[in-house]
Amino acid sequence: MTSTSTAIRRVTPSTPPRRWGRRSASGKRLGYVLVSPAVLVLLAITGFPLVYNIWNSFHYFDLLNPTSHRFVGLENYRQVFSNQTGLGPAIEHTIGYTAVSVPIEVGLGLGIALLLNRPIRGRGVARSLLLLPWAVPTVISATVWKTMLDPQTGGVDYVLSLLHLPGAHTTWLNTSSLLSWVAILFADTWQVVPFAAIILLAGLQGIPRELYEAATVDGAGAWRTFWRITLPLLRPALLVVLVFRTLSALMIFDIIYALTGSGPGTSTSTLAYVDWNSFLVNGNFGLGGAISVVMVAIALIVAAAYRLILRPKA
Amino acid sequence: MTGISALGKPRAGRGMTRRWRHRWAVLALAVITLIFLVPFFWVLSQSLEPTAEFSRNVPTLWPSHPTLGNYYTVLIRDSFSRSILSSFIVAAITTVITLVVGALAGYALSRLPIRGRGLVLGFVILAGFFPLTAMMGPLFDVMGHIGLLNTYLGLSIADLIYTVPLTTWLLASLFGQIPMEIEEAALVDGASRLGAVWRVIVPLAAPALVTAAIFSFLLVWNDFAFSLAFLQTANRFTAPLSIVMLSQTKYQVFYNLTDAGVLLTALPIFVLVLFAQRRIVSGLTTGALR
Repeated sequence: MTSTSTAIRRVTPSTPPRRWGRRSASGKRLGYVLVSPAVLVLLAITGFPLVYNIWNSFHYFDLLNPTSHRFVGLENYRQVFSNQTGLGPAIEHTIGYTAVSVPIEVGLGLGIALLLNRPIRGRGVARSLLLLPWAVPTVISATVWKTMLDPQTGGVDYVLSLLHLPGAHTTWLNTSSLLSWVAILFADTWQVVPFAAIILLAGLQGIPRELYEAATVDGAGAWRTFWRITLPLLRPALLVVLVFRTLSALMIFDIIYALTGSGPGTSTSTLAYVDWNSFLVNGNFGLGGAISVVMVAIALIVAAAYRLILRPKA
Repeated sequence: MTGISALGKPRAGRGMTRRWRHRWAVLALAVITLIFLVPFFWVLSQSLEPTAEFSRNVPTLWPSHPTLGNYYTVLIRDSFSRSILSSFIVAAITTVITLVVGALAGYALSRLPIRGRGLVLGFVILAGFFPLTAMMGPLFDVMGHIGLLNTYLGLSIADLIYTVPLTTWLLASLFGQIPMEIEEAALVDGASRLGAVWRVIVPLAAPALVTAAIFSFLLVWNDFAFSLAFLQTANRFTAPLSIVMLSQTKYQVFYNLTDAGVLLTALPIFVLVLFAQRRIVSGLTTGALR
């Protein structure tokens, strides 16, 4: 795909179009016609839900009892941030989990990317094999880890018992909220680290070799080279991984559903989980709408924040 | 050049540490790869364990009487084969729609002089980040009104959120790599623009379309949230939804059966990754790093 043949010009989507000259007017019209299906599809499945959610978020709307529809002002938003309804904790869990998991996952991904970037025999095989956990459905990852963490028949238990290590026969799920979060982190990390590694590896491979040679000549050590050359030049790839990871950690749903079901109690509930729960378990479209609006706002803030923080210094 | 001569004669001590560092790197990579594969091995081993052996609750590294009986039970007795078929149908519908919509938009965004190209590309990316659960309620409501709930078509349309943003972006960037001159030559020869696109660009873009199709299939196959939201009867369930439901009900204590379902769900993905990993990696980095 990334052919380096000189005959093929690499034109990124942001490059201005080249000479349509006299055909420009018809080209423009055709352009809008061709773009419109994609835009309309996306508007229908995201724009409409957004507007509908904003509208519902100011109303009481029980799906099973449509006549109850009435304006309630900010009541739904008050519930989102209150501690009585259990939504405040969901926000705390979501942000806490994101703050813990993203650095761990991106850090491990960077470590593996640095290893894969060395001229090691078998790194091609390692890269393909590492793709496997990333590529399977998220709930499959969750179910695999449910199997692994079973206190009697799980692989983790087997290894710990075999090596006479502490922690064997631990009941990971449904008793301790901390252990449940650790289990979630296992399943998530297992799946996500390979993704981070692949993207960061591509970033590493884009760094010109001459820079490292120059650094060696100048007598810079490995540590210094890493901080002065690797990390700054890895900034775009790092930005991409951080944005993707942070957003999906904030929206975590599949693993919670398949692994803990938000238990024990509601100690592993997250924003996405209570959002689904309000919509499709309770039919409370007002509250679900308000949670959705909050989630959209969070997504926008995160995307904007990373752009600001990691903007290359000119 | 000085760099090369300087590197040419490393001092003996340096060469030694370098060699050791190399060995450590090889070892570390091997161990890490193994750790990532162990869960799959464990699931495979358990999926081959007969229920009688599994129920003794004494975990073993490999069953003493491995059998494919669990796969038979899951696929035939518990109709998991139907869930796999559902997954294939939904993935096929979404992939076809995605390729048409994505290719048209990708072509226009890489070639035609439309105003607001940046705006469109920005919107496409932002839409791709839209929280899935935020779509569930509104789409559930609408699908209920127009009879799309619990249908493959309804789910396929919702699943476009996974595929259209990535595909549009990917194809816009890959189409841009095809030289404009080829297309212009076809136009000079009297072909209409769509004719030129169809006869000249589409064949040249075939590899890009294959990459887009692979991603589309993978992303839709991996959907769980929308299947959970929009499918209501077990005979329509997709494979990931079906195995989660079975693991929480009928298979609750029979991990050996759950594991068979897990591997059956993962199998098409394994095949795809093993045969198309180059495309997947390059598509991933093209899609993400531009």
